[in-house]
Amino acid sequence: MQCEQVHELLPAVIDGDERNLEIELHIETCLRCQAEVARYRKLLRAMSMLRTRYLEPNPAGLAQTLAGLESELERSAVRAVLSGKRLAYAGAIGGTVATAATVAAFVARNRKRGLKLAG
Amino acid sequence: MAMVDDRELVDAAIRGDRPAFEELVRRTYLDSYTLAYRLTGNEEDARDVAQEAYLRAWKGIGKFRGDAMFSTWMYRITANTAATFTKKRSRLRTESIDEIGEPAELRYDNQPSAMFEAADLLDRLSAAVDELPQKLRQVVVLRDVYGLGHEAIAEELSISETAAKVRLHRARHKLREVLDQPGDEQSGASAHAV
Repeated sequence: MQCEQVHELLPAVIDGDERNLEIELHIETCLRCQAEVARYRKLLRAMSMLRTRYLEPNPAGLAQTLAGLESELERSAVRAVLSGKRLAYAGAIGGTVATAATVAAFVARNRKRGLKLAG
Repeated sequence: MAMVDDRELVDAAIRGDRPAFEELVRRTYLDSYTLAYRLTGNEEDARDVAQEAYLRAWKGIGKFRGDAMFSTWMYRITANTAATFTKKRSRLRTESIDEIGEPAELRYDNQPSAMFEAADLLDRLSAAVDELPQKLRQVVVLRDVYGLGHEAIAEELSISETAAKVRLHRARHKLREVLDQPGDEQSGASAHAV
């Protein structure tokens, strides 16, 4: 196996995505590839150190986020009230329609009965 | 609320306790903002992304299963929010290097002041990350700085795992060049420890 092939596959091997015995054996005996592995690991260590290197936000950012949450909560409350009202309206309309239908059916039945008696 | 741990705050927030959620925001804002900045490349966008991410988190707190830390969950939401945000932005304008903001002031935590060499390397690396194309930067930051898995990255950025891996390797290849360059005494001049 050539060093260039090892370098190509090194990221997957170091990330643990791939186990390749041939590569591992090559690295054990190749100083050039060992140096390449060391450089790669150095990069990954340095990258992970950036994790605690915080970027200082403008103090207004946190306040803005908290205010945004506050507004969202208010909007949610308004939406909940409106949807509650909509449900109430729908219920009232549904009830009215049902009552009207019952009355209509009752009237129609009485009318039929009245016609039979008259006949 | 300093004595309460994050898990208890999350449980309270799931029950609708907004002050508990606000405390979680205060505790994790610096982390989320920093990630948003690294993903978007400028302060104003980072602030908007962080705000939107917390709004999404509040709406979706009921779905938080607690098998990860709250901050890790926030990384994923922030990554997803930043991806959506930058997609919208890229429709409006083509990003150029000139439009990327100046680096924000840096706060060095857990970093011994005597480690000039390491600090110099981190300065150069941080600058190199900022200069990466957005697509490469997003993946390498999420994977190598914040430790997200390939699957999670692919999911949050709406790309395939293969694409995530290819971008990661390209980004690392570019960043490795930074390690080969000799240290520059002036490189950290614009960064101010706070």
